[in-house]
Amino acid sequence: MPQLIANGVRVDDTFAEAFGMRATAIVITADSARWARQAADTMTGFGTSVIGCGCETAIDQELAVGETPDRRPGVRVLLFAVSTAELQKQLQTRVAQCVLTSPGSACYAGLAGKDKLKLGNALRYFGDGWQIAKQLAEKRYWRVPVMDGEFVCEATTGLTKDAVGGGNLILMGNERGMTLAAAEVAVKAIRAVPDAITPFPGGIARSGSKVGSKYKNAPASTNDAYCPTLKGAVESTLDPDIAAVLEIVIDGLSPAAVAAAMRAAIAAVVKLGPKQGVVRIGAGNYGGKLGPHHFHLKDLLP
Amino acid sequence: MRPLVLSLRQRPDQRLDLSPLVPHLLAGKAAAEIERIELQTTKQRVTVGDAFRLRAGDADQMRIEGACERLDRIGQGLRDGEILVEGDVGIQAGRGMRGGRLAIEGNAGAWAASGMSGGRIEIFGKAGERLGGPLPGETVGMRGGTVVVRGNAGERAGDRMRRGMIMIEGDSGAYAGSRMIAGTLILCRKCGVMPGYLMSRGTIVLGGDCEELSPTFPDCGSHELVAMRLIAEFARMYSKRAASVVSGKLRRLAGDMAVLGKGELFVNDRG
Repeated sequence: MPQLIANGVRVDDTFAEAFGMRATAIVITADSARWARQAADTMTGFGTSVIGCGCETAIDQELAVGETPDRRPGVRVLLFAVSTAELQKQLQTRVAQCVLTSPGSACYAGLAGKDKLKLGNALRYFGDGWQIAKQLAEKRYWRVPVMDGEFVCEATTGLTKDAVGGGNLILMGNERGMTLAAAEVAVKAIRAVPDAITPFPGGIARSGSKVGSKYKNAPASTNDAYCPTLKGAVESTLDPDIAAVLEIVIDGLSPAAVAAAMRAAIAAVVKLGPKQGVVRIGAGNYGGKLGPHHFHLKDLLP
Repeated sequence: MRPLVLSLRQRPDQRLDLSPLVPHLLAGKAAAEIERIELQTTKQRVTVGDAFRLRAGDADQMRIEGACERLDRIGQGLRDGEILVEGDVGIQAGRGMRGGRLAIEGNAGAWAASGMSGGRIEIFGKAGERLGGPLPGETVGMRGGTVVVRGNAGERAGDRMRRGMIMIEGDSGAYAGSRMIAGTLILCRKCGVMPGYLMSRGTIVLGGDCEELSPTFPDCGSHELVAMRLIAEFARMYSKRAASVVSGKLRRLAGDMAVLGKGELFVNDRG
């Protein structure tokens, strides 16, 4: 594959192929930053890939006291799914089971827009008739009595149909520890970019997949071309000096958010150089025929 | 652009109905046309030109100078724009308002904000009885918007209120929030007997002493609720005093149990 060199790091002249998704955002607050984070961590657990989890979800950013509707510490969570119906289902069940149940929590819309998803409007029935609606200007809230007081939840949140899922970077290093360190630096850079998340554990996926499998029932299977232990056995894309590969999958509320996240991650990894990080950066695609969004690495270089 | 100014020539001999003088009804009208609009409430014909000296300007920014309590229905059905009144006004100021801002620098008569569904009314003096309330024969009072009274308010403020927020910075009369259907009523200082009388839903917050609380509001304990933080944040945009009344720990009384009982009355928790 043709390559560019940036600060000694080889960058493949290729592109990340991404897909249109439906997405929403919510703001979770609590009495402390710790408990806001706890509710969000619980809600975003098992939300790495739409293939098996129904949605892709993660914390977008932590919010200071002055940035939330009730002036308590909070976090903003993004959720992505392949359809509006699935997104509604995932939002509803995850908030009901993980945020409503979390001590001192409250939940608000994290995205404005004409299209709406039910938030409190779906959860209010937990109040068994004791729930109270409160309209303040354009915003409507539900107050549901719970055992530590009230769960306050905004009636609806915004839905965007312009979201993008599957932006990605493939980081290839000649040693596993340094590859992971570089991936962590990339994820940290993406966390500073608004409207974009990295839904895999700690933002990093080590089991990149290809479409299909030799087994009939598996829709996806290990990406053997990127497995260093198979380098000599399959048609590998890996160079002889590469011993570990990690992938960063990026979902964003817009194509611009994904591009900004990829740009920030590439800049952070390139800055490390090949001796402190990875020797090569690539991206996953399906030949450009499946996904409408193509993010070319050469356009995103620092 | 300069505002459209109407200066009252003298105290009128009869009550005048100022409901035709709202921006959307005056839009595109020349000064002479405005002066021909009739305002009388008796057989004696009175036009705008008879009662007011008119200074042409932007009808979206109206000013009424030298107003008195004989001027009724100022700002009725206001949709957008602003009406600033220097002086007192009569009954039903801002009745049925849907948007915009009505500011009254003096006192307002009964039924101010009656049936209002949007916009903002600010009364710098006192408000008469049944602030936001329905007229006889109507089933619902205020349905939205925000009302701030910097002075005192008469009896039954927020009667049959369904949505929106009323903040009274001074004292309030008896039966404030009577028959409330929903909405929020913040009474910053003393209030008369039985606030929330026969309220089915809605929120009333009492910042000062109450002459007599209804026995049909059982105590639900003292709480610092997130919902009150939201209400305080909203109220702060209009009245710092109202926001401070809502903040902190408050005792929640549920009622009125004589009817549906899903409303709430918050009182200062001094215990």
